[in-house]
Amino acid sequence: MITAVLDRARKVPGSQERAGDRLFRRVIAGFAGIILLAAVALAWQLTRESAETWKTFGLTFLWTSDWDPVADVFGALPFLYGTAVSSILALLIAVPLGVGAAVFLTELAPPRLAAALMFAIELLAAVPSVILGLMGIFILVPFMRWLGAPYGVGMLTAGLILAFMILPYITTITREVLLTVPRPLKEAMYALGATRWEVVSGVSLPFARSGIIGAVFLSLGRALGETMAVTMVIGNTPQIKASLLEPGYSMAAVIANELAEAASDAHLSALVAIGLTLMAVTIVVNGAARLMLYRLKK
Amino acid sequence: MNEEVYARRKKVNALMFALTAVCAAVASGTLLAILGYIAWKGASSISWAFLTNIPKPLGEQGGGIANSIVGSAKVVGLAGLMGIPVGVLAGVYLAEYGRGKYAFAVRYAADVMNGVPSIVVGLFAYALIVHPMKKFSALSGAVALAFIMVPIVLRNTEEFLRLVPGTIREAALALGVPRWKVTMFVILPTAGRGILTGALLALARVAGETAPLIFTAFGNRFSDNGWLNPIATLPHTIFTYAISPYEDWHNQAWAAALILMAFVLLVNVTARVWLRPSSGTSH
Amino acid sequence: MDMMRPMPLPPETAGAAADKPIVISVRELRAGYGAAPVLKGVNLEVKEKTVTAIIGPSGCGKSTLIRCLNRMHEAIPGATCDGQILLGGRNALDMDPVVLRREVGMVFQRPNPFPTMTIAQNVAAGLVLNGVRDRAVLAETVEKSLRRAALWDEVKDKLDAPGVGLSGGQQQRLCIARALAVEPRVLLLDEPCSALDPIATGRIEELLIQIKDQLTVVIVTHNMQQAARVSEYTVFMLMGEMVEYGLTRKMFTQPADKRTEDYITGRFG
Repeated sequence: MITAVLDRARKVPGSQERAGDRLFRRVIAGFAGIILLAAVALAWQLTRESAETWKTFGLTFLWTSDWDPVADVFGALPFLYGTAVSSILALLIAVPLGVGAAVFLTELAPPRLAAALMFAIELLAAVPSVILGLMGIFILVPFMRWLGAPYGVGMLTAGLILAFMILPYITTITREVLLTVPRPLKEAMYALGATRWEVVSGVSLPFARSGIIGAVFLSLGRALGETMAVTMVIGNTPQIKASLLEPGYSMAAVIANELAEAASDAHLSALVAIGLTLMAVTIVVNGAARLMLYRLKK
Repeated sequence: MNEEVYARRKKVNALMFALTAVCAAVASGTLLAILGYIAWKGASSISWAFLTNIPKPLGEQGGGIANSIVGSAKVVGLAGLMGIPVGVLAGVYLAEYGRGKYAFAVRYAADVMNGVPSIVVGLFAYALIVHPMKKFSALSGAVALAFIMVPIVLRNTEEFLRLVPGTIREAALALGVPRWKVTMFVILPTAGRGILTGALLALARVAGETAPLIFTAFGNRFSDNGWLNPIATLPHTIFTYAISPYEDWHNQAWAAALILMAFVLLVNVTARVWLRPSSGTSH
Repeated sequence: MDMMRPMPLPPETAGAAADKPIVISVRELRAGYGAAPVLKGVNLEVKEKTVTAIIGPSGCGKSTLIRCLNRMHEAIPGATCDGQILLGGRNALDMDPVVLRREVGMVFQRPNPFPTMTIAQNVAAGLVLNGVRDRAVLAETVEKSLRRAALWDEVKDKLDAPGVGLSGGQQQRLCIARALAVEPRVLLLDEPCSALDPIATGRIEELLIQIKDQLTVVIVTHNMQQAARVSEYTVFMLMGEMVEYGLTRKMFTQPADKRTEDYITGRFG
């Protein structure tokens, strides 16, 4: 078949690699290899350092709620709960906002205004987490108290601040996807006498659906790993309460707060175990996001 | 046509777009609100003393963030020295020899690295350096930040290298230039602006990172004592001051936030300007 | 259409060309991409310090042929090439391609100056990238090459301007200067004027006629009038085979092969 023909036609000799090219290729391949090494080292270190926890508690570590560093009893459920709830809250708030903003910027706003607003939204993604947390502590928390929340800090506050962090991603990706809706599709709708909004809801958004879902997963991945802004407003209390106005804790936050003064090896191991769990979840979520967004690029 | 139905549809249309306009206003207004508020709260605390003094003991006036600024510069600088060459050269490798199992594995590893939360990266640096050394250090902080930078620089480099038209490569090869020289001295410089900008943006990104530094660089209320000791960094100082109960520290947090935000903004806006297509090309 | 007007007669130097030595000898050249063959055993000879034109309809393999001569063809993944291309006795296919390309230069269809370099840097690029550092030598070569490419007068005051700021025709002459700067024995041009207007085309044709006293020129063109204007020898290709090859003057007035005659009189292609 094709390979046979290739073998018959003699490949041009002297198209062997020159010595200089070979050396160059090996050197830069080495640098690329550092990345492989780093990723493997990360996975290995985390597994090794958390081994004690898995040995002691097994998988029940993930669904028990006793977190007592003094007694060396560790259960990670409050943190999983907090991470999950705050992230979902963030999505519930940010997705409608972000998609709405993207629709406005793509369909309705005049180009120069749209460009300026997009710039402001994209820059929001560059704002460091700690600065958003700062705004959270001194503006959002008092505001929540004014609205009636007993503590001000809590799950809802964390969800809100996370929403602002993921809003730019939802908006930019949704906008990109909306821009790829084929014009003939929309024109067909218009020709039937549809209003602008009907074209958006009937054609553009359904077309963009898998892209938006991809954006949701991507933002979820970011939200899960967010540390600073969350720890500044969530209340840092390892508990599971039904009310969103109660303080809580998240996986990233507990690592940030307790690692530096980890009381014992068991404590350290438990924190690393939480980190490993967090990483595993994030990898899965990001993988799903990439899958969705990759299908889009075709 | 049914006038009533049409009128209702038009009202829905107007309503929905009003709503989306509100969404857009909220989304874009947030940044302006943040910038404005930080500027307002922070400007009054900024002074030459503030920028050049190290923190004073609690209760005394006149403390500053000089050590945090220097510390950030050092840690971010070292991270860049480690992370940028690795990211760029690995990007060159993937762009030039990007097919095959090895390249696939590298790309996959980079994607994984990219998705790892920064707190977990900090854990890695802690386990790798802090735990064995039994102390916090600027070095461990820089390693954590470098780890975060590499996949960003890598992806950016590869993208910009691929944007260089094949005709440029052809022209250089036809002059009798060895392949590696074509790559390093023609293609790489052509993509240079994009690659440089990407590196700068990566630096700005890690300059704002706090989480991994909490238990690697750890912070330091005095001037740093070399690479193998704890060091103060700007975002970490902001965090520490913000969650403290002291109003003077709160003021300093706002001022420090202003400095940090100004830096991040400057780099991002500059990057945008540089990346705008130049008016010189005539194709 | 142009075909109705009588063909312009090729240059009178054709007679003297017969005595010139052979600089490239192509023997049984086969080339293709993967399983698809493009050249099916081409034989021809290029005489030194002449202009040889390669003509033929789209897809006949003329671009592939010229790209085999300096081994740019193999830069495409999956490309295959077999046979002999003798350059002064050595088979180009066995040589180090980098060395070959310093002796056999190429100018491409679309002007491709290096975007980050000035005019002077573009011209000197081949030398600088091969290690020449002497500023005096570089400056001298830049001027000499730009003069040979008939571009010196237009750019001598702005040698530090970006190469991409020139007009299309000027950019192509810049590319010619860049190729000439490494002093090749042979200059290959792959449809160099197809992206240019008639005036720019005319200037390049003029300079090709000038420089043939100094080096050998091989030019692929889809424009028969251009072949008639500039070349002493013409190669007619069809579907990967060389159909006819000889003095331009003869080929255009008394073609030996009927297929050549059909192409030249416009019955196809």
